[in-house]
Amino acid sequence: MNTNSNIYTIIYTTVLVVIVAAILAIVASALKPRQTANVELEQMKSIMLAANIGETNGQPDKKADFKKLYDQHITDTFVIDENGNKVQGVDAFHVDLKSQYNAIKNGGKLTLPVYKCKLDNGEEVTVLPCYGAGLWGAIWGYLSVKADGQTLQGAMFAHASETPGLGGEIAEPWFYNQFDGKTLADAAGAFSSVKIVKGGAGNDRNGVDAISGATITSRSLQNTIEQWMNYYKQILGE
Amino acid sequence: MEKDTYLKPLFKGNPITVLVLGICSSLAVTVQLKGALVMALSVTLVTAFSSLFISLLRNTIPNRVRIIVQLVVVAMFVILIDQALKAFSYDTSKMLSVYIGLIITNCIIMGRIEAFALGNKPWPSFVDGAFNGLGYGMILIIVAFFRELFGSGTLLGFQIIPQSWYIENGGWYANNGLMILPPMALILLGCVVWIHRSIDKELQEQ
Repeated sequence: MNTNSNIYTIIYTTVLVVIVAAILAIVASALKPRQTANVELEQMKSIMLAANIGETNGQPDKKADFKKLYDQHITDTFVIDENGNKVQGVDAFHVDLKSQYNAIKNGGKLTLPVYKCKLDNGEEVTVLPCYGAGLWGAIWGYLSVKADGQTLQGAMFAHASETPGLGGEIAEPWFYNQFDGKTLADAAGAFSSVKIVKGGAGNDRNGVDAISGATITSRSLQNTIEQWMNYYKQILGE
Repeated sequence: MEKDTYLKPLFKGNPITVLVLGICSSLAVTVQLKGALVMALSVTLVTAFSSLFISLLRNTIPNRVRIIVQLVVVAMFVILIDQALKAFSYDTSKMLSVYIGLIITNCIIMGRIEAFALGNKPWPSFVDGAFNGLGYGMILIIVAFFRELFGSGTLLGFQIIPQSWYIENGGWYANNGLMILPPMALILLGCVVWIHRSIDKELQEQ
């Protein structure tokens, strides 16, 4: 058979591509539930770590079952619009933060998720997400605010593709644990977002140390937090 | 099967240090040993099975579209591995991010298919692919070993350098920040090539 004829080439490539596509489609749909479960577990883990649940000495517990912890501690979830009013009928856990980030930039309608979380000592904290652009790709995270609406219980950040060892350090416990106990208010009590300070923040009530060598990631994270907290401040402390 | 089929890719014909293929990913995924191990395993599986598959089809592939056919087969295996990692080892998949998908652009795979699998029987092609993947992985692991040990003081995430040595804890030691940046991977790789050539004098140019 002439394997170089046009007809043969067309039939050969078509059959091959159809077979490969079928294999990939079957595998992808078979693995889909597991992959979605992994992504959701990751989100639950982030929310829990932001509230300092499932941590020992600031390090995430390797063996903790974050799904169980999430079910135990989260008492209520809801979404708010840009004016701080509750929106009915939207599942907070499945809100796509990226689309909210785009809506914030373009001034569209917002549905911002809020998680109410009960700590082991009975205290109630509010866990709030944020999402923005880092140096190379997306950065996101969660902040947990105590009932006074100012004091941070904790924070947790993650990134898609920041430089390992530099910008990537925002996802490391030493960095995000600095947020524990900081406040979202200045000395007079007015709202003031967290500052990520170059050269050491010391005991600044709303400053944390920036990462040396990662100026842009540090600055983007500061802006991202401020941008989102500007909406959330409307419901804090209520 | 000749001994060369599996010995050559490891030493005299090592894809990274001699053929200088697959440099890009070897700089990107060698910050930590765990990433390097998963990458080595993934590349080995992809080269082995795409070589086997192409070798089985070698007499039927239309010559004019053979590169496209190879690409489709390689891409299929890469996506399978990517999907499997996302489902069964989410943490590693997150750590390696785009680099698993980029295995498809790794020159070693297409190189071995073009140079070997198209003209040889399936079993030798499989072995050739597998050992080229292992030769690549071996260099990755050597580089990652030094980068993780001196860059983070850990190996596979376990602390190796005693905490009490660190300056923060009153010691004299600090991690080398340059180790975790890609340029240092290139320098280390250069050292590996240098050592390899001084042991194996046949590789030195006149």
